[in-house]
Amino acid sequence: MDGILLQILNGLDKGSAYALIALGLTLIFGTLGVVNFAHGAIFMIGAFCAVTLSRLLSLSFETVDPTKTDFLGNPATIKTPYVEAWFGPEFGGALIDWAVPLAILFSIPVMIVVGYVMERGLIKHFYKRPHADQILVTFGLAIVLQEVIKYFYGANPISTPAPEVFIGSFDFGMMLGFDPNVIIYPYWRLVYFLFAAVIIGAVFSFLRFTTFGMVVRAGMADRETVGLLGIDIDRRFTIMFGLAAAVAGMAGVMYAPILSPNYHMGMDFLVLSFVVVVVGGMGSLPGAVAAGFLLGILESFASMNEVKSILPGIDQIVIYLVAIIILLTRPRGLMGKRGVMEE
Amino acid sequence: MSNSLLTRRGLLKTSAVAGAGLALPTIFTSGAAAFTNEPMGGTVTLGFNVPQSGAYADEGADELRAYELAVEHLNGEGDGGMLNTFSSKVLEGNGILGKKVQYVTGDTQTKSDAARASAKSMIEKDGAVMITGGSSSGVAIAVQGLCQEAGVIFMAGLTHSNDTTGKDKKANGFRHFFNAYMSAAALAPVLKNLYGTDRTAYHLTADYSWGWTQEESIAAATEAMGWKTAEKVRTPLGAGDFSSYIAPVLNSGADVLVLNHYGGDMVNSLTNAVQFGLRDKQVNGKNFEIVVPLYSRLMARGAGKNVAGIHGSTNWHWSLQDDASKAFVKSFGTKYGFPPSQAAHTVYCQTLLYADAVARGGSFNPCAVAEALEGFEFDGLGNGKTLYRAEDHQCFKDVLVVRGKENPESEFDLLEVVEVTPAAQVTYDADHPMFAGGALGDCNPGA
Repeated sequence: MDGILLQILNGLDKGSAYALIALGLTLIFGTLGVVNFAHGAIFMIGAFCAVTLSRLLSLSFETVDPTKTDFLGNPATIKTPYVEAWFGPEFGGALIDWAVPLAILFSIPVMIVVGYVMERGLIKHFYKRPHADQILVTFGLAIVLQEVIKYFYGANPISTPAPEVFIGSFDFGMMLGFDPNVIIYPYWRLVYFLFAAVIIGAVFSFLRFTTFGMVVRAGMADRETVGLLGIDIDRRFTIMFGLAAAVAGMAGVMYAPILSPNYHMGMDFLVLSFVVVVVGGMGSLPGAVAAGFLLGILESFASMNEVKSILPGIDQIVIYLVAIIILLTRPRGLMGKRGVMEE
Repeated sequence: MSNSLLTRRGLLKTSAVAGAGLALPTIFTSGAAAFTNEPMGGTVTLGFNVPQSGAYADEGADELRAYELAVEHLNGEGDGGMLNTFSSKVLEGNGILGKKVQYVTGDTQTKSDAARASAKSMIEKDGAVMITGGSSSGVAIAVQGLCQEAGVIFMAGLTHSNDTTGKDKKANGFRHFFNAYMSAAALAPVLKNLYGTDRTAYHLTADYSWGWTQEESIAAATEAMGWKTAEKVRTPLGAGDFSSYIAPVLNSGADVLVLNHYGGDMVNSLTNAVQFGLRDKQVNGKNFEIVVPLYSRLMARGAGKNVAGIHGSTNWHWSLQDDASKAFVKSFGTKYGFPPSQAAHTVYCQTLLYADAVARGGSFNPCAVAEALEGFEFDGLGNGKTLYRAEDHQCFKDVLVVRGKENPESEFDLLEVVEVTPAAQVTYDADHPMFAGGALGDCNPGA
């Protein structure tokens, strides 16, 4: 029982990331009809927004301290971050410590610009082309973005810690009456799950309760009729692309302390998120979210020793296996609607 | 009537002479090239095959820096580094056997097939007479096999699996770096002193040659001193998020976590373990402990504060105070602005050792080089007295047990040496069961 609870908890944070990426993928597919394989790269760029902000805040000037020597025996240089010099060591130190949450504010404009340039500059020209062309061009774009990041940040994961207060874990099991140390869960992962829940809730409410959202949903259902009513649906869809990019970007920022950002993390998540979209049902937003959590938790279960001792290697294929089973029994996915991608 | 100069006899004569003339160069060269890629001109080409991407890219970048430094020193540029402290004095800074050293590089991508392809291309297209590099034992073993077939020497870089000089050893392959058995032999007594004999260990292991042999070595050494092994869990290389492997650890009754991970994997798994608060927990009435048997400063930098107080072993560390280490740190640090890693150190040594063996043997022929290296005893390369054992082409030298520093004074000052384990304590028989199963075979000069 405790093992099962532990793996459910454990699947939540990964599931949150899948759900957030899949949500964006579905938004783009539902509005623009484009299968955007560069969406994982946006998640990755988001994580690198956290790295960039943390580096910007840590920018330092050097002073020579003649009392100490460096590894070559020369007088040591002491680095002091500018923010500590400007705002005092306490507030400056806190700013550096809170770089990851602050990076959300930093990432939103960056991601909207990235999304806008991507859509207007490249993807727009592929709306009327077959899905295979769209997949090829966005996949190519993902590789380009990945290599650009690798050029500037190197090939290695860059450790980006969460703020000091969120380091460590709390004993979830004790709260439920289990023995201590049985079910523990890191604070930051809980923060990530709550954050994902808020973002998902916000996107749904935006589409549900605002006029803008209503128009977008109408456009998703029947683009031509909405256009005939004199509404510039294309502009609204471009905004949705920017919104989807911002969601993936924020998901990436917050994920940086969980998985040290590296240039290929986008691709790792994209493939799985795409499976999530297909399992959830192409074009279905609730389907994408549900399937994201479901597959995240399943993956977590499959890496339990008890499971692996019966089915070795199951942890690496479980998502695909489940995808095959679901597609065989429900070809439109869990919540897919008739007519999507079937023409 | 045309007066043609062409007669039947004349034509035959001309063709015979032309034919012989055309054939001549190949007759001479095939006779002269006694081995693969024999250097003919005034230069000799070495092939540096390192991971420039993938899980071990950090190590690869540092290896490449050290290779470039070694080439400089061999060609008589720079301050000479460890050439000045090396016990063998045949290298004079005029290249190798008077030939200027050039090099080509390849990206192994930390994948065996990519590494073989880049090594093959360096041998066949660029004419490399020696291949060196590694990072990842899977890669090193694959490339070592390729070099054996191609007839070139392979000087292994960062490879820690017992198999490299165990069941997969090859006559053309040589390893300066230490191995998993040696790590276990050096660490076990230190762990016993620190954590006692009544402990239960949980292994998380990178699922390939190196991980398996390190898990086997550490488990054997710790079980011999009374520890129990709760579980051995294999994780895929480059898994990224290790949380689903870390979460069950506390529940297993284990009070020590052994991370048989290296490079980016170790950074991620250790970060996850600390996030899950393992280090603050009490299990079986004892503090929960983490051990990282193979440590490096580059990993320590990646993992940040998480390494404080965690023990492991390493081949070499820049803070060593012998003349050789100081000379190497000085020339590397002056050129690049930071101290070298253990990966940089071992590949620098390997390049010097190869050049020295060629000079002593008087030939680039792999068989002459192998003969010069086998049973070679040397000093002055930063590890004290060292032996290149003839039976398995493994170096035997002191091993360092290190600990992550609690209060680092600089960004490089991350590890402290706890103990220098003497070579005798980590030496094993050439037919030790963990290394059995393969044979060196005969050296292959190729061509």
